[in-house]
Amino acid sequence: AMDTDLSSQDRKDLDKFIKFFALKTVQVIVQARLGEKICTRSSSSPTGSDWFNLAIKDIPEVTHEAKKALAGQLPAVGRSMCVEISLKTSEGDSMELEIWCLEMNEKCDKEIKVSYTVYNRLSLLLKSLLAITRVTPAYRLSRKQGHEYVILYRIYFGEVQLSGLGEGFQTVRVGTVGTPVGTITLSCAYRINLAFMSTRQFERTPPIMGIIIDHFVDRPYPSSSPMHPCNYRAGEDNGAVYPSVEDSQEVCTTSFSTSPPSQSVFTVTKAHFQTPPPVVTDTLKVPVMGLAFSHQLSSSRLSYQPAALGVGSADMGYPVLFAGGLNAAHPHQLIGPGKEGGVPPIPSQPAHGTQADQERMCTPLDGVHYSAATPSSSEDTETVSNSSEGKCGSPHDLLETIFIRKVGAFVNKPINQVTMANLDIPFAMFAPKNIELEDNDPMVNPPESPETESPLQGSLHSEGSSGSSTGNTHDDFVMIDFKPAFSKDDILPMDLGTFYREFQNPPQLSSLSIDIGAQSMAEDLDSLPEKLAVHEKNVKEFDAFVETLQ
Amino acid sequence: PHRTRCCAPSGATPAMNCRAEVLEVSVEGRQVEEAMLAVLHTILLHRSTGKFHYKKEGTYSIGTVGTQDVDCDFIDFAYVRVSSEELDRALRKAVGEFKDALRNSGSDGMGQISLEFYQKKKSRWPFSDECIPWELWTIKVNVVNLANEQERQICREKVGEKLCEKIINIVEVMNRHEYLPKMPTQSEVDNVFDTSLKDVQPYLYKISYQITDSLGTSVTTTMRRLIKDTLAL
Repeated sequence: AMDTDLSSQDRKDLDKFIKFFALKTVQVIVQARLGEKICTRSSSSPTGSDWFNLAIKDIPEVTHEAKKALAGQLPAVGRSMCVEISLKTSEGDSMELEIWCLEMNEKCDKEIKVSYTVYNRLSLLLKSLLAITRVTPAYRLSRKQGHEYVILYRIYFGEVQLSGLGEGFQTVRVGTVGTPVGTITLSCAYRINLAFMSTRQFERTPPIMGIIIDHFVDRPYPSSSPMHPCNYRAGEDNGAVYPSVEDSQEVCTTSFSTSPPSQSVFTVTKAHFQTPPPVVTDTLKVPVMGLAFSHQLSSSRLSYQPAALGVGSADMGYPVLFAGGLNAAHPHQLIGPGKEGGVPPIPSQPAHGTQADQERMCTPLDGVHYSAATPSSSEDTETVSNSSEGKCGSPHDLLETIFIRKVGAFVNKPINQVTMANLDIPFAMFAPKNIELEDNDPMVNPPESPETESPLQGSLHSEGSSGSSTGNTHDDFVMIDFKPAFSKDDILPMDLGTFYREFQNPPQLSSLSIDIGAQSMAEDLDSLPEKLAVHEKNVKEFDAFVETLQ
Repeated sequence: PHRTRCCAPSGATPAMNCRAEVLEVSVEGRQVEEAMLAVLHTILLHRSTGKFHYKKEGTYSIGTVGTQDVDCDFIDFAYVRVSSEELDRALRKAVGEFKDALRNSGSDGMGQISLEFYQKKKSRWPFSDECIPWELWTIKVNVVNLANEQERQICREKVGEKLCEKIINIVEVMNRHEYLPKMPTQSEVDNVFDTSLKDVQPYLYKISYQITDSLGTSVTTTMRRLIKDTLAL
């Protein structure tokens, strides 16, 4: 007779699987919203730390947050683990994009083998999650974050709250795995009316921006779990801010057996970097060990910024960070003005003590995310220069950021302080200044920039042309958004875009001039009657030919 | 996707049910490769495990599968594939051949590529081993020609959206947890898995394709098309 109750060993295994499945689920989701391509290596020898036989890195802070949310519990009926992904603009408006739900229902599969089938199916489910996280609309948005918005995540445990997703949200099921204690379900509910925001938002369409404004969120369900930016930097060398080791940093080397079920062996071994190879035992050990994973995320992940603990309000918890307003993948541009002639978002007032050419990140002070710049700084950009004088109060306070806020369309400030140079269009200095041309839409055609001198402006404008006069020679041609390939963020005095503009109106070829054209056309017209006569004679042949083609 | 059952082509042995899934995409010529790779890699992501290491007493351990994101150049789309250069090369080779065949055939740009997972069943001499399929994926491709850049841009996005749907479809099928070959013993592992790769272990698979030519021989089709197009001026 089959033992229908779960053995205590199986129960322990199952709980452990579910716990680590939940943690890995969170890692996959958050990593998929970092804005970067993820790459992990396959390894033919089991390393002993790769749960579900998948190479999924563990970002310590994310694990910490997940564990905090779970508080030692496991997903159960009515107690779901939710990862909420939202977008927050530089204006402070935010909008929920997705809720990923890991739920448990009551439908049990008593006969399924825990250590084998459930484990493998959880592995398959994680693979499905990897695939699905790339096909919801938020993925493409998250790949473009950093300039105008960032993507945040929040983990909570309990009842699923979908009301923040707006009307008509859609759901996609990632998959289910039946277990003896219930069926695990993983799904995603996502807002759909951002589908058309994918690449063109923030560039010219006020109605879309209107959606964000309308969704200024005072969280309807104030929860205790704070929001975090998806992209962050593991603190440089300050060790593990969150202990990457907890009392049970467990590894799992599974051994499977092809012999009949009664003999299947599931083993967990301790793997320690300095110890001899794992010894296979036949019981499940709860490892107590100090695994100091140095979570070395690859050096290409330069968009990470420290998620400071900041003096967080319950709602905003982790202030939002920006990578200096530039594509985060090119941090080398975060240098002082005048270097390389590129766009240096950092004004001539770096934060205290920072070297201009050294990238540092810090967190804005809570509640003062976008403080106005001091009067002496350039009027056309607002800079948040956060001192590192211990105010950050976070474990990451080694790093500072110079934070530039792009002045967007909804800024509550006099229009003449908005400068085109801040628009995220290349060659902004070439765009026409006439505001009448585009329905007064400041996103498309911002007003003239003031003639103030600032290091930022100085480096943007090419020699010999001041910002406001360049556009005049091109009044007849409205160039709104000119993005020649390969030159998006590159505002140098002479480059592809400039070249194109200068040579886009070459003189006419003489052979195309009107009199020669008229001449040959007249000849053609004259010869037409002759040709028509010939064709009419052969009309029967043509008809027969056409028949064969039918 | 459509779901049907087809029987394995074997004579003496009882037919084993093989589930078949069909996906259809319409793409521009230059999108064929990326679209096919996206679908095939997504399927193989779910149908590959880490390398098995057999130990004594019939137990085995499983290696680790890494994954990586791939961005498409001609489609607004990204997908995840298994981190295995060997596997990627094998798929690219097959897809490349398919793409060339599509282009050279002169057909109306219709064809299909099939990914079949099978098990090997050893037979006694003089019979050769049988290949018994247990899952068959068919991707029907329709190549469209676009007139201008604006249409191409729209196509980039539309095909991207379509591929998102296909990925969701594939994941749905995978989630049904239907028949999978039993985990083999060490002596049987090569009848179930492709153990030739050094870092991952997909189920045994084969890729084949055919070009649909609805009008008969491909030469006639090309000539007719040429003349038709000329006269259409």
